Amino acid sequence: MRKIAILRFGGSNCDLDVYKALKNLGVEAELIWYKQALDGFDGAIVPGGFSYGDYLRAGAIAARTEIMQSVQHMAAEGRPVLGICNGAQILCEARLVPGTFTMNQYPKFICKWVRLKKIGKSPFTAFSNKLIDLPIAHKEGRYVVTPEVLREMYENDQVVLKYVDDRGHQTPAANPNGSQDNIAAVSNLEKNVLAMMPHPERASQKLLGSEDGNAIFESMAKCANAFKG
Amino acid sequence: MFFRAQVTVTLKSGMLDPEAATIKKALKHLGYDCRSVRQAAVYELEFEADSRANAKDVAKAMCERLLANPIIHDYDIVIGGRA
Repeated sequence: MRKIAILRFGGSNCDLDVYKALKNLGVEAELIWYKQALDGFDGAIVPGGFSYGDYLRAGAIAARTEIMQSVQHMAAEGRPVLGICNGAQILCEARLVPGTFTMNQYPKFICKWVRLKKIGKSPFTAFSNKLIDLPIAHKEGRYVVTPEVLREMYENDQVVLKYVDDRGHQTPAANPNGSQDNIAAVSNLEKNVLAMMPHPERASQKLLGSEDGNAIFESMAKCANAFKG
Repeated sequence: MFFRAQVTVTLKSGMLDPEAATIKKALKHLGYDCRSVRQAAVYELEFEADSRANAKDVAKAMCERLLANPIIHDYDIVIGGRA
């Protein structure tokens, strides 16, 4: 059985939700304080929250901690790494994925359900549904990247989820935060690192309004199981 | 010896600056109609370096490694006198 590490920084606050979501799916996971060693894990999740009070830039401080070097290492070995919300901002700041998530177009905190469309092929979205519903909760979720890098990202299938309307169309109205091209999730070139602003753990039980998020965690677990090393 | 450095981090020109846009609107409510408003972060640093040139290199490394995000930011460094 493969084991997933869930990182905790000062200010992480979605760690237990992720842990519970994985546990409900029968995925073995362990909460790891950022000063602990990241040994013997087959994947890592950087959960949401407000690490270090979002000082400097969201995710900037956490991205430069020692444990993130271990995450870099893990990613370089090909193990799956998932960053959710603040975790996604941390992965961008750590340069594990291209671009950055910065202040929303209207600089306020948005907390709502969004519809997302699966784009391209990613090991994190190995499910049949093209459209999924997940909540977002962020103030710095506007994805920004240079046009040249974005072009390469499309060529390499690194754009993974987009904000869309009810019918699955990428419209300005469906874009909650002004993200470039309605982008909600991106991956690295090797596809084993995913940074996503929406919260799959907040859509992991019927009671929460949707179970669509489970498919992301199941995909990641499959990816960790398939890892040879 | 210790040097003073003032580092100013701004958004690259053309980048959307939602906070500055809000501040611009608030100024307008007070009767000040600005053609443009830009927001910046200023860091005042004191640190040890061998020379002014070395101090500038160190401050530059700080910007590259932490203070600025090269995807969205430009930065400017002014090395002051010995602190």
